[in-house]
Amino acid sequence: MDKTWDCPAAAVADIPDGASVMIGGFGGSGAPIELIHALIDRGPRDLTVINNNAGNGRIGIAAMIDAGMVRKIICSFPKSKDPRAFTAAYLAGRIELELVPQGTLAERIRAGGAGIPAFYTPTSFGTELAAGKPTAEFDGRGYVQERWLKADYALVKAETADRHGNLVYRKAGRNFGPLMCMAAAATVVQATRIVEPGAIDPEHVVTPGLFVDRVVAVPDARQEEDLNIEGAVYA
Amino acid sequence: MSDIANIKLSNAQIAWRAAQDIEDGSYVNLGIGFPEMVARYQVAGRKAIYHTENGILDFGPAPAPGQEDWDLINAGKKAVTLNPGAAFFHHADSFAMVRGGHLDVAILGAFEVAENGDLANWSVGKDGVPAVGGAMDLVHGAKRVAVITDHVTKTGAPKLVERCSLPLTGVGCVTRVYTSLAVVDIEGGRFVLREKLAAISLGDLQAVTGATLNLDGPVADLIVPEL
Repeated sequence: MDKTWDCPAAAVADIPDGASVMIGGFGGSGAPIELIHALIDRGPRDLTVINNNAGNGRIGIAAMIDAGMVRKIICSFPKSKDPRAFTAAYLAGRIELELVPQGTLAERIRAGGAGIPAFYTPTSFGTELAAGKPTAEFDGRGYVQERWLKADYALVKAETADRHGNLVYRKAGRNFGPLMCMAAAATVVQATRIVEPGAIDPEHVVTPGLFVDRVVAVPDARQEEDLNIEGAVYA
Repeated sequence: MSDIANIKLSNAQIAWRAAQDIEDGSYVNLGIGFPEMVARYQVAGRKAIYHTENGILDFGPAPAPGQEDWDLINAGKKAVTLNPGAAFFHHADSFAMVRGGHLDVAILGAFEVAENGDLANWSVGKDGVPAVGGAMDLVHGAKRVAVITDHVTKTGAPKLVERCSLPLTGVGCVTRVYTSLAVVDIEGGRFVLREKLAAISLGDLQAVTGATLNLDGPVADLIVPEL
C-alpha cells in the first residue's frame, strides 16, 4: 500500500467539470494552496466549493473564483481582508452562495463522513437561516434538522503524512481537515513531509489513513497569509 | 438630561466590567472584535482558558510583530500565541464544546438585544454579502451568554429593545448585557437593572432603553477604573 503521488498536478488531474470539492483551511490557516493552484492550472469549471470562507486576495480559492471555475460556494463566512473575488462574482450573480453557520458546516461534513444523513442542532433555530428546514422540539427546546454534506473530492493540507495516509496537522491548520478527509469520495492531501509507515507514533495519528486516498509531498508549502502579505497573484 | 456621550464608559471599561464576572477556572469564548478586549482585563489571580472556534483552547495574546505564525490564529484570523497546556482540535470537536454546554461563558457583541433574550448581531438586513461565521452556534450551549455593547447605536437609537428588528442570531439566548451605561440581566422575558452609572438617573437611562428596565432589589453603582 502506497498512497503517494508524484506531484500536485497529477493528484488533482481527474477532478472534472461539475465536481464538488471540499477545501480545508480556516482563512489561510491550513489552506492547501499548492493543491488549489494545481487545480487552477487544470481549470475544471462549474465546481461546488465547500470551505469555511470564500477566498482572500488573488490566490487560492479567490483565484479559482477569478478564473471562473466556481459555480457555487458552501461556507460560513464569505468575507476576508480582501474579499474582492467573491464579492464581485456574488454581486454580479455569477456565483451561488449557501451560507451555513460554522458549527453546522463542520457537523454536516462530519455527518457526511460518518454515515449520518441528518441531525438536529439548536443552531439557527428561529432565524432566517432555518427557513424551510424541518424543526422539532426535544425536552422543551427547538432544534433544526440539518443534512449531511459529502463531496466528490477533498483537498487538505497536513504537516506530516505516511505512505498509508495517516496524518498529523500543524497547529490550528487542522480545523476542517479531519472532517473533510472523511466526507469526500476521494481525499487528496498535500503534506509538508512524507514518512514511512511507523514513523508517526500511532498514539499521535490525527486522521487515520483509511480516510485518505492520495498523498503528495509539498515540502516547500507556502502559507496563504504570507503570500497575501507579499501581494501574490495566481493567474 | 445628562449628555450620555460625556459620561458613558469606553469600550475598554465595558470589557473590564465584563471581565470581573469571569470566575477562576472558566472556559470562555470571546466573539470577534470588541469582545476580544475582555481578555486584557482578566482579574489577577484568576485563570480563564480561552476557546477559539477554529480549534485552540488556551491561546494567549498576539505575538510580537514579525513573530506571527499564520497557522496559529484566532477566529478573527489574528495571530495568537499558546499558553502552557494549550490544545488543538478539529472543527467538529470545537463546536461540540460550544453547543454541548461545555463552555462556561460566551461574550458577544450586539446590534440589538431584546428583553426576551433574543440577539441580533450577524446581519443588518441590507443587500450585500451575508456572513454568519460561528455567531449562531456560540449563542447556544455556553452556560452564560453575555453581550457587551454600547447602550445606544451611533445615531442614538436604543440597542436594548422589546423585540429585535434585525435578523436574529438566536432566540432567548442572552442572560446578561454589559453596556456603556448599565449592567442588565435578562430574567423571565424582561430586563432587570443590576447596575448603572451614578451619573445617570433611572429616568434618563430608561429614556435611552427601548424596553422597560425592571427593578428587582437595589441597583448598584456601576464603578469602573479609568483605563
